[in-house]
Amino acid sequence: MSVDLSTSLGSLHLKSPTATASGCAAAGRELAQFGDVATLGAVVTKSIMLKPRSGRPTPRMAETPSGMLNSIGLQGPGIDSFLDKDLSWLTSNNVTTIVSIAGNNVAEFGQLARILRDVPGIGGLEVNISCPNVESRGQVFACNPVSASEVIDTVRAEWTSTAPILAKLSPDVTDIVEIAGSVINAGADGVSMINTLLGMVIDVDAMKPMLGGRTGGLSGPAIRPVAVRAVYQVHAAFPEVPILGMGGIRTGHDALEFIAAGASAVSIGTVVFGDPGAPWRIATELGNELEQRGYSSLREVVGLAHKN
Amino acid sequence: MSHAQQLTSRIRSIEPVGEYFHIVFEAPTIAEFVEPGHFVAVAVGGVGSGMLLRRAFSIHNATAGDSIEVIVAAHGQGTQWLTAVSAGTEVDIIAPLGKPFLLPTRPVGCVLVAGGYGAAPMGLLARELRDRGCEVEVILGAATQSRLFGVLELTRDADNVTVTTDDGTSGLRGRVTDALPDALARINGQAVYACGPMPMLKAVAEVSKAHGAFSQCAVEESMACGIGVCMTCVLPVVGDDGVTRMVRSCVEGPCFRGDRVRWDDVNTVPVDAFGAPVQGGH
Ligand SMILES: Cc1cc2nc3c(=O)[nH]c(=O)nc-3n(C[C@H](O)[C@H](O)[C@H](O)COP(=O)(O)O)c2cc1C
Ligand code: FES
Repeated sequence: MSVDLSTSLGSLHLKSPTATASGCAAAGRELAQFGDVATLGAVVTKSIMLKPRSGRPTPRMAETPSGMLNSIGLQGPGIDSFLDKDLSWLTSNNVTTIVSIAGNNVAEFGQLARILRDVPGIGGLEVNISCPNVESRGQVFACNPVSASEVIDTVRAEWTSTAPILAKLSPDVTDIVEIAGSVINAGADGVSMINTLLGMVIDVDAMKPMLGGRTGGLSGPAIRPVAVRAVYQVHAAFPEVPILGMGGIRTGHDALEFIAAGASAVSIGTVVFGDPGAPWRIATELGNELEQRGYSSLREVVGLAHKN
Repeated sequence: MSHAQQLTSRIRSIEPVGEYFHIVFEAPTIAEFVEPGHFVAVAVGGVGSGMLLRRAFSIHNATAGDSIEVIVAAHGQGTQWLTAVSAGTEVDIIAPLGKPFLLPTRPVGCVLVAGGYGAAPMGLLARELRDRGCEVEVILGAATQSRLFGVLELTRDADNVTVTTDDGTSGLRGRVTDALPDALARINGQAVYACGPMPMLKAVAEVSKAHGAFSQCAVEESMACGIGVCMTCVLPVVGDDGVTRMVRSCVEGPCFRGDRVRWDDVNTVPVDAFGAPVQGGH
């Protein structure tokens, strides 16, 4: 193929524009049966916390039209086991890895950054300040510009590595541009968007919410227009800031919308559940879409929809 | 262990059996790797479908170099689509998935217990066990006769089949567990294999334990991915170290030791589970 699909997120060079979305590919290993993980733009790992975490009760998912709700609640093994078992696998397989971190409070984000800053093999840090599956809305740091910038400020202060810090944003806010501005001011090198939207499905036979956690995060193609809008708005306000775009990407055509709106690369989430080969397939399709339109590189298309 | 393979499969046939459907998928490269208890994840709704998630089915039969078969209860939108398409339709499948049933290394008496379409994997299992010299008793139960599956097939593949129905329309009136102690006694049963609804699995695990038999239960948890990446399919299981963890039924199961699953705590996160919320914490 003649189209150059390489791209970058700040100082991080990506050989391919498609990454896995956090929480949708674990730590990459399971996907290795479906393709060579080292050829992906990046694996963005499931958000890791300081301590092991059991997550929320089941049922944890409900399928919805062109999407799904999940209430996983950040189940994970904790940072020590992650470094030992997951990151080591990624590193030894030459996978470009963006580590997603989540904390119960601002200090925990700082501790995680301190632990990770000297670990070799980390291409970037995605700071998940937007997980909706927590007990209180007060923990969704990305819903408030002050708490969002506190987290990023703290991470920035600890982060001595040159790998970029990406702040992961929630669309469940009145003005995502304001939140983006606050995290950029606090030192984020880029933004990842969007996380899931808070939703609910009710089981009308049991007459109660379907999910064990009652509410859950909505993802999949159903949210794609919301995500494209968010990327477009933030790119318009901060054209120099790299964006990792996500939300319902299913095809190369979908990915191209995000690139044109201003994303430099994209993450594939929910669609991986139905099609584990999707991150590779979508990169190929994106190349074809670009070629058909006469472009020779992905970079020249980033944010192009703003010019017209 | 073999890799799961993703492939476009042609549906060779779809036939109604009682309240269920028997579907044959052409899967020449997959079939030889299938072991009893493995499952297949099938994409539903066709290209561009609004149903993003695969439907998981326990593999009923596998013919090396040719095909795999499943039994489908059309109780949702996705399974209704799958059972209504015509033979020849191409669908995307991934198999074999999951950990299969653990098989005894010595020829011991085995009792296979299934509820409704939970009988799907039992023929494959019964044949495998008999090949290993095990004596095999089967107990098939359902609410009513039309929801029984596999009676004829298992009569051929096992040494003895007992049928139970809640309403007495076929076999003994009652539950599968009512027939379990006798079946165990008849063949000096050492191992029990079960597949069916959670309450049945719990009861089977308890009765097996009370009679000193080892049990293996195939659970049916809702799954978003089937390949271990999403964490939706978890249930509390006690590990070799005595610690309860929320484990993924798609990769660490679906077949679990019956005495290790915390049946009463399914759909909860037990307070003593690894990583459970602590007071005042998350
Ligand atoms: C089951 C599931 C688990 C997720 N877990 C995380 C997570 O741990 N951290 C995070 O930042 N985002 C998480 N997300 C959000 C995704 O990374 C992504 O932002 C969102 O789902 C939108 O993209 P999609 O529509 O392609 O899935 C999760 C999404 C799903 C569906
Ligand atoms: S169904 Fe996704 S991890 Fe089991």
